[in-house]
Amino acid sequence: MKKQISILLLSLLCAFTSYSQDTLKVVKVVSKSKGLQKSSKITANTTLVTSKELLKAACCNLAESFETNPSIDVNFSDALTGTKQIKMLGLTSPYLMIDEENIPSVRGASQAYGLSFTPGTWIESIQITKGAGSVVNGYESISGQINTELIKPINNIPFFLNAYGSSDSRFELNTHFNAKLSDKWSSALFVHGNARTAKKDMNDDGFLDNPLAKQVNILNRYQYYNAEKGWVSFINFRYMNDKKQAGETDFDPNKDKGTTNFWGSEINTERFDVSSKVGYVFKDMPYQSFGFQNAFNSHNQDSYYGLNQYNIKQSSFYSNLIFNSIINNTMHKFATGLNFTYDKYQEFVNVNDYSRIDNSIGAFFEYTYDNASNFSLIAGGRVDNHNRLGTFFTPRLHIRYNPWEKATLRVSAGRGKRSANIFAENQSLFASSRTFDVLNASGKIYGLDPEIAWNYGLSFNQKFKLFGRNSDIGFDFYKTDFTKQVVVDLYTAPAISGTHQVLFYNLNGKSFANSLQIDFNVELVKHLDIRTAYKYYDIQTDYLSGSSERPLQAKHRFFANLGYETHITDKGKQWKFDFTYNWMGQQKLPETASNPIEDRLPVYSPSYSLMNFQITRTFSSTFEMYFGGENVGNYKQEKAILGSENPFGSTFDASIVYAPVFGQMYYAGLRFKIK
Amino acid sequence: MKNLFLGMMLLVVTLSVQAQTKKNKNAKYTIEVNGNCEQCQNRIQKAAFSVSGVKMASWDIDSHKLNVIINEEKTSIKAVEVAIAKVGHDTKEFKSTKESYDKLPGCCQYDRW
Repeated sequence: MKKQISILLLSLLCAFTSYSQDTLKVVKVVSKSKGLQKSSKITANTTLVTSKELLKAACCNLAESFETNPSIDVNFSDALTGTKQIKMLGLTSPYLMIDEENIPSVRGASQAYGLSFTPGTWIESIQITKGAGSVVNGYESISGQINTELIKPINNIPFFLNAYGSSDSRFELNTHFNAKLSDKWSSALFVHGNARTAKKDMNDDGFLDNPLAKQVNILNRYQYYNAEKGWVSFINFRYMNDKKQAGETDFDPNKDKGTTNFWGSEINTERFDVSSKVGYVFKDMPYQSFGFQNAFNSHNQDSYYGLNQYNIKQSSFYSNLIFNSIINNTMHKFATGLNFTYDKYQEFVNVNDYSRIDNSIGAFFEYTYDNASNFSLIAGGRVDNHNRLGTFFTPRLHIRYNPWEKATLRVSAGRGKRSANIFAENQSLFASSRTFDVLNASGKIYGLDPEIAWNYGLSFNQKFKLFGRNSDIGFDFYKTDFTKQVVVDLYTAPAISGTHQVLFYNLNGKSFANSLQIDFNVELVKHLDIRTAYKYYDIQTDYLSGSSERPLQAKHRFFANLGYETHITDKGKQWKFDFTYNWMGQQKLPETASNPIEDRLPVYSPSYSLMNFQITRTFSSTFEMYFGGENVGNYKQEKAILGSENPFGSTFDASIVYAPVFGQMYYAGLRFKIK
Repeated sequence: MKNLFLGMMLLVVTLSVQAQTKKNKNAKYTIEVNGNCEQCQNRIQKAAFSVSGVKMASWDIDSHKLNVIINEEKTSIKAVEVAIAKVGHDTKEFKSTKESYDKLPGCCQYDRW
């Protein structure tokens, strides 16, 4: 017996030593010179945004990280909260799947403000996938997926400090600490604080242009990494507290809350997150692994918009088990596994209680074929059972083909299904005199049916040399067809004149979103890169009042980004210049024809352009400063808040925002590192 | 004495036979393969994968190193090298024929060892 044990131990030891270190893929830090990377070898239409790109627009959180990227349109949210919304293929973030390290993060209650809850300095890279996406993370994505990778403790620097201040009186402070606890454990502590302290009203409408704000955001993460045995693990703890106050400059929440003295709003959010990840790569088989992720979070928003009360608390649990392996060889790979999601919503709109529990369980299988040269394919499917959406199948397909040198052709198709959280997603409409009316009652989600859409995509890219310089040209065409949709109707004129409404109802007829993007990128001279993109959107829905384009959506957009860097000197000194130009065509505005003439808006907004720039001076590899400006052309929306003279009157509406409210803004900041 | 020697010989032989019968299903090899560019990479990997029993093959353009994992119950590293030499790429053990080498496109005609 003793002998057997010793033999067993010996063989085990042998097995371990024979297992060489390089079989486990180390998380690679992207150090290539390009900020936006699009490989011609990957199957899906994915762009990798590196930390270098993120430094080009230093302000400030995930919502603002897409300004230099043509795939994503950064929009302006309501005039009150100043939170930026993003759109992809012309569809807003509810139709995107937003993950943090492959765990769904911006969803449900956090849909409206969630992107502003991830500080920019925490982000290591972002992957943006246009179109249907992978089935591994879920069934909800329709027009795209955004996955954010945060900085990993194992290869982080010991200390980082970032301070930021701007002319709209926003201040931010980021400190990162990193420690190696043992040869296998590392830990990082990220502390973020931001505040906007001064009241500013540049357009003299009596309302704050940007909310007063305070946010504390703390993330503590631990990473375990054992190359010999093939184990890797993460444990994250996070706490976030965000407070915003918006409305009239004279509004004092202590005195005026719940009264009609002055119009005001407060949005207070508190959030806890605990998540863990365990990954194992099989001995001698680098292509075979399993991963197990678990995440719990509690998201609690207490808010009021004038006399509208809106409280939502979401407690969620998410679990994902995944197994990766091959069939015969690495030309045929597969991933399979299970997901489980539980969401408890405690939601109150004024006196109405919409509390509910959602849960779903699903299984997925995804097959990847790669001929190791010019063709690859990902075909995936999943079956889910959801207490409100029923049992359903979600297929997704991506194909990549390189027909000739430096050319990439991609095709994708897929289905997505989701339940619309009509209040959380449209809460900017609470900042108006509109009444919320749901016209259906038989469905399982606020009386409404789930949304179902098919997305089809075709894209082509050709790299070439133009006068000896790297260039590329390409186009993307995507079509999203809604077979079922919850229509948010801001067009239909109210039955009683002088009142306003927003209607929610199941789509009856057609609804689609077509988008075309044409890109041209070239390195004009050494170190001077230019990116240009033209985007065309044709987004139409059958409303009760007839077919119409979606409100607040420009049909034509033009984007250009210029980046110039000087040579890095021996001591690490460098200048970096970045300039972004955006032109937005006219946008259709919600119905205001029933208002008195002074509170009417035209049917279409004017077109306009925006310019941002940033200059970064690197003094050494450990210290740099930056200075920049947003909207330096100082374009401002006329009449940002409709009926601002009488905010409790019937024409009041702060939700119709098609352009910046604040005008030009300048900022400066510094970054200091200890390596 | 002679018997003892014979006996020892026998032991060695049986041991080595035993070692051979216990074949590794995930045997990892790194070999050098001559080539230049991305096209070579595609060709080399494709040739390796064409051998039944090759589970993983990846050739690095810079280092010229080919990493393979093979099921030794089905194939051997020699078979992989032969397959690669057949499409025009030399390994240390197996040289490609002049015809196969000459068939390579210009950019792939590496300097032969």
